[in-house]
Amino acid sequence: MATTAVGAAFLLLLLLPFCISISQPISDSHRSAASNIFNEISPSLEDAYEALRVYEILTIEKKPIDTKGTCKKVLENLGSSSSPLKDVFYALKVNGVLKCKVDGAVFKDIASRLKATVHDASTLLDTYYSVGSLALIKGQASDVDVLLTDANGVFQSIKALSQTDGRWRYSSDNPESSTYAAGLALEALGGVISLASSEIDQSKVSIVRNGIVKLFDSVEKYDDGAFYFDEKSVKGSEHQGSLSTTSSVVRGVAAFVAVTSGKINLPGDIILGLAKFFLGIGIPGDAKDFFNQVESLSFFESNRISIPLILSLPETVHSLTKKSQLKVKVNTVLGSDAPLLTVKLVRAFSTGAKNSAIIENKELQYDQKSGFHFLDTLPENVDVGTYVFVLEIVLHDSESDKVYATGGQIHVPIYVTGVIKVGSAEIAVLDSDLGNVETYKTLDLAGNDVASLSANHLQKLRLSFQLETPHGRVFKPHQAILKLKHESKIEHIFLVGSTGKKFEITFDFLGLVEKLFYLSGKYDIELTVGDAVMENSFSRLLGHVELDLPEAPEKAARPPPPPVDPYSRYGPKAEINHIFRVPEKRPPQKLSLVFLGLILLPLIGFLVGLLRLGVNLKNFPGSTVPATFATLFHLGLAAVLLLYVLFWLKLDLFTTLKILGLLGAFTMFFGHRILSYLALTSSKLKSA
Amino acid sequence: MARTSSTTKDAQDLFRAIWSAYSATPTNLKIIDLYVAFAVFTALLQVVYMALVGTFPFNSFLSGVLSCVGTAVLAVCLRIQVNKENKEFKDLAPERAFADFVLCNLVLHLVIMNFLG
Repeated sequence: MATTAVGAAFLLLLLLPFCISISQPISDSHRSAASNIFNEISPSLEDAYEALRVYEILTIEKKPIDTKGTCKKVLENLGSSSSPLKDVFYALKVNGVLKCKVDGAVFKDIASRLKATVHDASTLLDTYYSVGSLALIKGQASDVDVLLTDANGVFQSIKALSQTDGRWRYSSDNPESSTYAAGLALEALGGVISLASSEIDQSKVSIVRNGIVKLFDSVEKYDDGAFYFDEKSVKGSEHQGSLSTTSSVVRGVAAFVAVTSGKINLPGDIILGLAKFFLGIGIPGDAKDFFNQVESLSFFESNRISIPLILSLPETVHSLTKKSQLKVKVNTVLGSDAPLLTVKLVRAFSTGAKNSAIIENKELQYDQKSGFHFLDTLPENVDVGTYVFVLEIVLHDSESDKVYATGGQIHVPIYVTGVIKVGSAEIAVLDSDLGNVETYKTLDLAGNDVASLSANHLQKLRLSFQLETPHGRVFKPHQAILKLKHESKIEHIFLVGSTGKKFEITFDFLGLVEKLFYLSGKYDIELTVGDAVMENSFSRLLGHVELDLPEAPEKAARPPPPPVDPYSRYGPKAEINHIFRVPEKRPPQKLSLVFLGLILLPLIGFLVGLLRLGVNLKNFPGSTVPATFATLFHLGLAAVLLLYVLFWLKLDLFTTLKILGLLGAFTMFFGHRILSYLALTSSKLKSA
Repeated sequence: MARTSSTTKDAQDLFRAIWSAYSATPTNLKIIDLYVAFAVFTALLQVVYMALVGTFPFNSFLSGVLSCVGTAVLAVCLRIQVNKENKEFKDLAPERAFADFVLCNLVLHLVIMNFLG
């Protein structure tokens, strides 16, 4: 289990940088995906048409939609004179597949309405839909007159929107040009040519043909040789992705080429590259993308420019042990048979040594029954490793060279794997000084042998083994790792080096004590040997060694904390306990209240004492002015005391001091006044 | 027994003598004495309370006691200055002394309030 997982991981890692696309043609997986994607009832006629068309191209018998309901919708749309052009267009398209019973008079009405629209259509889309609809009526009702009398004029009006770089504008008042629109325009032009009552001016057609070649100058390329169109400007009109843009161009060019006689000079590489682009998408999850992909590919299946042939391999891993054959299949994009041809292996080289070919010029044999071209046996000098095979398709009929695009030399990464022989494995404990073997054990690494050893710090541990390819050569794996794992989960990893044929590692425990943190006890020994091309990569427990190491000196490094389980990071964290200060012990409230009452006693005593002394207020000044001063003085004092209480309750020091300053000045003034008055009267009394 | 009663009597006589001597003091000084006694008793009450329940919150206790003690000390100072028999402060008007007393009390209590917490 662990062995398989390690092997698979290596394989994946190595495969990543070699993802040279070997596209597979459309196959049954596409068919089953189609029935999943289009199984929902389509709300609009456009969706219905796309579903029907995909099923038609993929030759799926079952209809994806409710035929009766859709036909009813088609009739409704065609019967109403106010339905939008787009709906009429798709209704006719659906009708083309479903063959609903549409009355000839209905066709006639629509045709006359469409003809009127064609002549005064201002935007490209209007022209596209009306010309397209007329062309569809021509195919569905032969007795209706759909021919355009002024075909040259219509052709010219569409042509007027074209740009010098081969792209088109949506309307004359929209300056932005679009590749997607170019596809629509070419399809419309194709429609106009097929609807023309008189011959279209050939010079105009050849201008458009040159425009197509120019349009293909702006084609973009991926590293793997796939070509595609992309919309550059995104402002204004709805942005189209590269898939729908490329699909639109392919549809337009195909429609245009189908009705014109001249040959368009487009290199087969670009056609093949476009096919690769559509195939490279795989199976899209979106119905629209699926339709664009499949419909565009259907144009590659048969066209007059060139038909791409797709070379595919059922598997790129070749096992030496299983003696599997290298198989190659050549198909058209939709998976139908290619013409008679031979697949030639031009050369094959190891990824490490690009210049030295190991196989050169070998023809693959053809198996009529399965349709595979296969390489019977690989020569002796092909050992395990990664290789690049350069394949070439040679067509038997020299005439078909012009019809088919084969793409020249195709580079295919091939992994040659095999079971590596693991032998002469032994594990031994040696004396440090003399190298005498104390304990010695041979191991069968392929089996489940487990060794039990013991050693102290004055001894050495030696492990050695050999790896051999099926052809008897020394094999050096990507990874040969030995792991020592202490009981306390502390691990040490060592790389096993090789000398000549032998892989060997020796542990001198005297030198290692510090690295092992002076931890005595049982260590597990684990060996990992792995490589992408090694079918029997393994990672297994070799045994245990009981180590007796000296006590750690004081300064020795402490062993690291055991590794934290990475998954625990996502687990719940330890709960945080907030520590609050324990509130001070407070006296019972009753006691405090009693003392509050007691505090009043001295005050009462003071007041009683005052009464007994016969205190009076006779000295309070009688006349108005001093009396006012005296009152204000006492009021000032009361105010200051009140301010103190407020300060205690809520005010801060700065506010208090500000107010205190004012009140203090007030009180001092009146205090001075009243006290000097009193002093004056008392001195008067004295002198009197 | 007789001796004890005579001692008690002596003490009573002594106190009476002191009391009659004290009665001669002017009323305003008596008022101040009464005030001092009031302040000291209040302070004592707080000390007793603290002894019963502990010092927390200590700053409140301190400010309470110091307020009382401080005001008592100020009152004693006032009494010294107001006393006519005290020749040292003969020239000082009692009104001036009272003004000092009021001002010092205000400052003292500002600090006390700040410290009260």
